[in-house]
Formats: sequence, structure tokens, C-alpha cells
Amino acid sequence: MKRIYFDNNATTRLNPKVLEEMLPYLRDTYGNASSIHWFGQETRRAIDLAREHVAEFIAASADEIVFTSGGTEADNQAILGIANILGKPGRRIITTAVEHQAVWNSCSHLEKNGFRVTYLSVDSQGRIDLQALADSIDDDVILISVMLANNEVGTVQPVREAAQIAKSRGILFHTDAVQAAGRIPLDVHHLGVDLLSLSAHKFHGPKGCGALFVRSSIPRPVLIHGGHQERMMRAGTENVAAIVGFGQACLFAGQRLHENSSFTESLRDRLEKGIVERVPEVTINGCPEHRLPNTLNVSFEAVEGQMLAMNLDLMGIAVSTGSACQSDTMGPSYVLLAMGRTEAQASSCVRFSLGSDNTVEEVDIVLRALPELVEGLRH
Amino acid sequence: MTLPKKRIVVAMSGGVDSSVAAFLLLEQGFEVIGVTLQLHACHESAPGRSCCGTDAVAQARAAAGCLGIHHYVLDCRQVFEQAVLLRAWEEYSRGRTPNPCVICNEHIKLGMLFDYAKALGAEKIATGHYARIGVRNNGDAFLLRGADILKDQSYFLFSICSERLSAALFPVGRLTKDAVRTIARQIGLRNAEREESQDACFSTRGTAYPEILRQRFNEAMDPGPFLDEEGRFLGMHEGIHRFTVGQRRGLGVPLGSAAWVKSIDPKSGAVFLTTTKEGLTAQGLIATGVRWHALAQRFKRLRCSVQVRYNQAPVLATVEQDEPGTVRVLFERPLMAVSPGQAAVFYCGDRLLGGGWIDRGIHCASSGPAKVQNESNR
Repeated sequence: MKRIYFDNNATTRLNPKVLEEMLPYLRDTYGNASSIHWFGQETRRAIDLAREHVAEFIAASADEIVFTSGGTEADNQAILGIANILGKPGRRIITTAVEHQAVWNSCSHLEKNGFRVTYLSVDSQGRIDLQALADSIDDDVILISVMLANNEVGTVQPVREAAQIAKSRGILFHTDAVQAAGRIPLDVHHLGVDLLSLSAHKFHGPKGCGALFVRSSIPRPVLIHGGHQERMMRAGTENVAAIVGFGQACLFAGQRLHENSSFTESLRDRLEKGIVERVPEVTINGCPEHRLPNTLNVSFEAVEGQMLAMNLDLMGIAVSTGSACQSDTMGPSYVLLAMGRTEAQASSCVRFSLGSDNTVEEVDIVLRALPELVEGLRH
Repeated sequence: MTLPKKRIVVAMSGGVDSSVAAFLLLEQGFEVIGVTLQLHACHESAPGRSCCGTDAVAQARAAAGCLGIHHYVLDCRQVFEQAVLLRAWEEYSRGRTPNPCVICNEHIKLGMLFDYAKALGAEKIATGHYARIGVRNNGDAFLLRGADILKDQSYFLFSICSERLSAALFPVGRLTKDAVRTIARQIGLRNAEREESQDACFSTRGTAYPEILRQRFNEAMDPGPFLDEEGRFLGMHEGIHRFTVGQRRGLGVPLGSAAWVKSIDPKSGAVFLTTTKEGLTAQGLIATGVRWHALAQRFKRLRCSVQVRYNQAPVLATVEQDEPGTVRVLFERPLMAVSPGQAAVFYCGDRLLGGGWIDRGIHCASSGPAKVQNESNR
């Protein structure tokens, strides 16, 4: 069966050119980057180069990049690390009701330790209210964390404006840019954020590798203690091959960002238009003006989203009902609930997330399959 | 041109039986979809053995991968909680001994799985049960014991109606367990040597299951007296839910000699003990909620064999039906420990005729204690 992959927000295919760049570091170039000898120096140079690629990708400088094991660790490091430096019980963190669980659960972990957390609500399109953010700030707030783009519905938050509010009040600002990276331009100066999380596998890099941008002027958050790696901000021998792959993925994503975005956007729009035309009683979830170009989240009224996803899978079409990180809990999407959808609506959604590997033909195959499938599943 | 394959959903517990069932269906040319039914929250499942825990999901996923078939996990926790666990607790709290496997088969494995199968575009479902399905001349399906008499699970399936049986397949029912293991080894299934999962859902280490249910549903302890066959006070117990007719161990009252639970009176909360095995025997039973398969529903009297618990050698009996759904069964020889709440299942040879729920045992009319029990249940 020829399979169609429309779940690029869960993860993406490793770019074969990225793999080529990684392979030497899994075979022959095995030195420990901390070693003084030739072997170590080879590896060190590769990591240095990768760090430059990642920095360039988000318009940061190389010494502001800390490599981590992925987006989740980067989020944990930002939130727990800053809380550890600036926090004491009673201090407050402001975040949103639609964050990825990596942010959400880091915050709720702090809540158990005496911190207070404010979860900003969102409107029906998934956007926060900047005035509500400004109003919720008081002297106890030590960190504001607002995701750049939502993984489930693709809504892009007004992070630049939110970061300005934070800056004007002297509060550190973190953004989880894991889902935005490779889909929309990233510029830490334009955004004005102090901390930003990235993950390689969301844009054709390897799994198990990410980074935290830490603005050079702010305190240095630490999560993993041990050796002196990553300028004492992330201990542990570097995952060299993955870091090299991450760097290459950033290089390719940066070079082809505009091209890839407009291509996936054209596919996404074709899919969206086709669904709206062919399938009755559907709702597009998310924000039409501020949405990732590759993401389409649709509620099919009176259809169990999970059932639709399984039936599509049986036809060789991979989609998801929301966050892959949440799918084992099988509850309705908390993101859609936060956007004011009913439980039934939240359970009836399917997320199509496209990538540069997809084709117009694949979109049309999905469009041909959907109407009958949806009709058969309506109750 | 080849015809599209017929789609079938197989309930995969992760065990060898359902994995081999999936394989056999593939061999028969079906498009097979493996489905694991999640019954417990992840953190509640017993490690290793449970047929429905996360380990089971991983085992089933591995087997599906080995066979190259799609595999999904379906969340049945809510139905399991309400239809199986809560009902089991209600039975225990009334001094009865429930059979949750029968209920689970009826509501979940051969119940809600049909709805899922339909939504996945499959008309039939299959499980790894050791039972066979026969078809009468008029097209009605009925159950037969599994070919491996030591593994036969038809007892647990007595309440599945003919209509559902017609849409079900039990591919390993015609095989012996040894044959199933041999197939599993031949096709390289990693779970070929895995131990049995039947009943594991309801087995726990340490605390007795009814006590776990009591805590789960936040029910109060309801202590009552132990009485001997003459009604003399012997001591106190922590609640009738902890006892089952015929139970010997864990009574928690020192009598100086072996004692068994003879009967339980849910009204007074009394647990009657007997010190003789003879006191435990029943000459027959009354069953309610009886369903018949492959048989005229209205008859007065029937000779057949009856089984009052899983793995009990069937005994010949006379079944009298006064009104549909309720029967009076008289055994040819007395049976030990006829427990209210368990299933009484009727067979003619290998053929399952029907079954119902034991309401009470019928004890020798001349013995005093039997009278006590009959009155207490009236």
C-alpha cells in the first residue's frame, strides 16, 4: 500500500541529505567533543558548526544556543531553570491554556512546589488576549511563557506583542517555538523573546535533539547538572550525530523556508477548500489570519475523530486527532475545549498537518476518500 | 481482478491465543485489524500478566507487527467500570459471587467491539476464545465447546446471543492449546510461551478482589455475624462481600476445625458456616435470567448436563422451566459449592444449550440448615 503522511506536526521524515551529514558521526568520527586530541577536535568543530546553523536559523548568536534532548527538555529547562533562579514559593508564572504539555506540566509541577500559575484563556480561534496578559501581571510574576504556534490547531500567538508587554514590566519571556520552526520565520530579535525552544524532528531533523535559545543578557537556567558541556547549562556528552543533523535541518529549513511554506500552504488550502465543499457540517478550527501554513484542524460534526483517523489509516492515510503526545489519554482535546468547543465538537476533530514531501495528488486522494467515510461514521 | 478482502476485527489481548487467531484469519484471506481493549487505567493494571494492561497493549502491538496488520487500542474503561466492575461489586455486596468474565464478554469483547468493528468497516469480529460456533438448519448460530476440552471457554460465553455469534469467529476454538503454541512458534510470535491471561483482569496479589472493589466504589464496611448451622453466634466478619459459598480459607474466625461458608444471608448480613463437607452439597439450583440457544424457548422439562462453575466436570440434570427465564435444576448427583451469582450453563454433549445466573442452591429438604437458607432467601 502506498501510504500518505499528513501528520507532520507529530513528526517529519528525516531529510536524506541530513542523514548523509549525520552518518560520519555515527561511524568514524566518534571522539568526545571535550577531549583535547584530534578525535575530540573533529567532533567539537562539527558541534560548533551546527550551533552556528541553529543560531542563524533564529537570528541568534551561537553562544545563545544550548543543545538539549529535544523540545520538551528545552521547555523544562526554560521554566524550571528560571523558576529555580528567580523563584521562591508564592512567585507566579503566566502561561496559556493551550500550551503543549511540556510547558503545561512543567508549570503544574511548579504549582505543586508552591508557585502560582496563571493560565491565560484563549478566544474561539485559540488566541490569547494581550490586555488580559497585561492585566494579569503583578510584582510576583517571574516568567511569561506563550507558545509561538499551537501544535493542534496551528494558531499563531501574538508573541512579539506579548514579549513587549513582558519587557516593559521587566519580566522574562519564553516561547515554545517547536511547532513554528520550519513553518514560519523565526527571529529572536524581532520577537523580542528571552528564551525559545526548538526541536529538530519537527522539520526533517533527527529525533532526540533540540535547543533552548537563552538570550545572553539573562540569568542562565540549568536543568541537567553534571559536566561543563554547553557552557555549564546542559551537562552530558553531546549527542553529536543528532546535533549535526539538527544543524543541517536548520540550514535546509532556513534556505527553503519561503518555498516550503508557500507550497504546503497551497496544499493545505486545497485540502481545506475541498473538505468544506464536499463534506457537509464541518468546522475549521483555528485562526484564519494567524495560522501555520501547513496545519488544518477540522471538526466533522457527529463523527468520532478517532474513528475517522483509524479508517483513514486503514486506507493508508496518516492523520491524527490532535496532539500525538496526548493520544494515549484518549480524552477530547484540551486545546479545543479551551477554545470553547463542546466535548462532542472537541472529540470530532481531525488534524491534517502537511509537509514539503506531500503532493497535490495526495491531497486529492484524501479528498476523494473523505465524504463517503465521514458519512458512514456519522451518528 | 481480485476481490477486495473482507475486513475483520480481532480482539487482541497480547496473548498467544488471540495472536494466533489473527494469524489464522490472515491465512483465510481476511483483511485483519487487531484491536486491544483498554479496560483499566494504565497505572491500575497488574504488571506482566493482565490481559488488559499496558503490557498487554505492547504485546498485542508486537504481535500485530509480526503479522503486519493494523493495530488500535480502544478505550473501554468507562463501560468496563460501569457494566463489569460496578455490577460485580453489587453482586458481592449482596453476598453473591459474580462472574465478571461472562459480563465482560457480553458487554465488551462481544459487545461494544461490534460497534467499533462496524465503524471500522468490518462486518465480523473474532476473539481468541476456545469455543466453536455451529449453525442450525434455520441459520441460527449456537455455541460448541472448544476442541481442547481442558481449555474450553464456552462457559464464559453462554450469554452471547445467536445474532452476535453469527457475526463472530473463534479461530482457535477448533485447536488444542498445544497446536496454538506450535503455530505461534512456527510464525515466530514472541508471546508463544506466555502464560494464560484468562481471569487475570480480576486477580490481584494480596488484597482480595471484592475488597478492592469496595474501596474503589467507596462503600462502607458492613460487618455481620458468623453463625453455625443451628444459628449459633461464632464471631464477627467484616462484610459479606468477602465471602463466597464453599470458601474455606481466610474466614478469620477460629473454630478449632475446618469450616466452609455454607450460605450468606444478605438481609441480616449473616454468614453461615458448616464444619462438614456434606453441608456444602446442593441437590439442585434455581437459576434466573436464563437464555436458551438452538432450542425452543418454551419447554417444561429437559434432560441435559449442567456446569455451575468454570472447569467443573458437568453433571447430568433435569431442568424444569415454569416460566421463561427461570429454571429449577435437579442434579443426578449432589454438587459442592453452588454459589449464587455464578453461571449455570447447560450442555448436550459439546453443544451449549443455554445458561442463566444461579439464584440459590437447592439443599436436602430434610436438613435443618437448608431450611434456614431457603427461608433467608425468600
